[in-house]
Amino acid sequence: MATVYVPTPLRRFTGGQSKIVESAATVGELFQKLDGHYPGFSGKLLDGEGGVKRFINVFRNDDEIRALDGLATTISEDDKVSIVPAMAGGK
Amino acid sequence: MTRLNRDQLVQLAKSQITEWTPHQLDGRRKAKEAITVVDIRERDEWMQGHIPQSVFIPRGFLELQIEQHQPDRDAPVVIYCAGGVRSALAARNLQEMGYTNVISLIGGFNGWKNASLGFKVPKVLNEEQRIRYSRHTMLQEIGDEGQLKLLESKVLLIGAGGLGSPAALYLAAAGVGQIGIIDYDTVDVSNLQRQVLHGQSDVGRYKVDSAADTLAEINPEVKVIGYKEPITSHNAFEIISGYDVVLNGSDNFPTRYLVNDACQMLGIPLVDASIFMFEGQVTVYQPKHPESAVEGGPCYRCLYPDPPPPGEVPSCAEAGVLGVLPGIVGSIQAIEAIKLLVGFGEPLIGRLLMIDTSDMTFRTLKVNRNTECPVCGDHPTVTELIDYDQFCGLPSSTHAVEPVEANVNGHHAAEKVLA
Repeated sequence: MATVYVPTPLRRFTGGQSKIVESAATVGELFQKLDGHYPGFSGKLLDGEGGVKRFINVFRNDDEIRALDGLATTISEDDKVSIVPAMAGGK
Repeated sequence: MTRLNRDQLVQLAKSQITEWTPHQLDGRRKAKEAITVVDIRERDEWMQGHIPQSVFIPRGFLELQIEQHQPDRDAPVVIYCAGGVRSALAARNLQEMGYTNVISLIGGFNGWKNASLGFKVPKVLNEEQRIRYSRHTMLQEIGDEGQLKLLESKVLLIGAGGLGSPAALYLAAAGVGQIGIIDYDTVDVSNLQRQVLHGQSDVGRYKVDSAADTLAEINPEVKVIGYKEPITSHNAFEIISGYDVVLNGSDNFPTRYLVNDACQMLGIPLVDASIFMFEGQVTVYQPKHPESAVEGGPCYRCLYPDPPPPGEVPSCAEAGVLGVLPGIVGSIQAIEAIKLLVGFGEPLIGRLLMIDTSDMTFRTLKVNRNTECPVCGDHPTVTELIDYDQFCGLPSSTHAVEPVEANVNGHHAAEKVLA
């Protein structure tokens, strides 16, 4: 089961949970499953053209998935998937 | 036991060691020979001038410290004093430790100067600085040299708010020579929950004025320059150039892209951070400098090629922020700035630090430079500053902004320019 780190803005979809454990073969499948549990979740992440929105980064462990295979990036047990959106706050 | 007078002892020592003239030493160095040169005089003599690239170990500490600088017993070690007498005696002490290639400099530092060879007069900490920064200077990674670098360095803060507050406090305390602060805002009561630069009596004052007073109280030596204006494509180069490091603590996307692009184009490292509710992100964008072998890393646009559509990402003003969070994140920015200025440790270049204070996890993720990046990529397409409001899908600012530089030390003359 991979662990998904949910950023604060998306926690309103997950009932406030910051970590979700789910098993899937790829990042794309993972998001699909999460969208099943938490409707609207993947709509916040995907650009509708087979990719992730450009102000959001998704990491498998330390590496951004655009440098891997995008949504087809495989995931296995014990992998950590981090969703990192741009944030502008500073004041 | 043989009784020797001073002259006899020196003669004996000189008969047992090797001596070089200043020109011999200079010639060997010019031939790129690796030679450890040790100045064994007293501190005040060293401070008045010494041979470049020499290390300072006063005679009394020579045997105790030489191994830190040259552990190899067969490597050449040249020692010098003022006139060549103390060094001749000291050379014998190193021979007793097994150093086989110890050379005393004939005529010492006076001989070196008389031979018209170059010497260096070090900048030094004064007595008050020596005490004030003693906890820094005792760190080997900083030392007197690192502290002197900090005293001569200039850091620009974008914003004197949540992130800028702790960063400014610690950078001033650390003795950064000049702190520039860009902020056209005034202090509001709702700022005081986290913006620790400002206090109750500052409500209604310009933040840069309040900041200047607070920083002067912490460290009067620091020069604070306030800019009471928004940073825009018109003034960004003028304000940012001349600073050694920029810290971003702004609260909007157009400013973040603008500051990133300007820093990349000027080749100035940017310590970027942002906060939201309980979470923070910190990273360092270091532009490449091939001429000085600085490889550089990714920039803000490598990480976030496009901004989110307006309204997609809520701001702290809309969603809230835990007041202590910017205290942690801004302090981390200050540490990264000090590392970059002094040159030690591993700055967060190519690494994004994610902080979640709700479960108190700190994680670092790898960020790669995008070779296709329009600003820092191999074939940049954005080579001058653009309209960042438009880029971020906001209505363009139409006002012309006159760059106003306000030295906030006692002057409250600059007018607020509304964005």
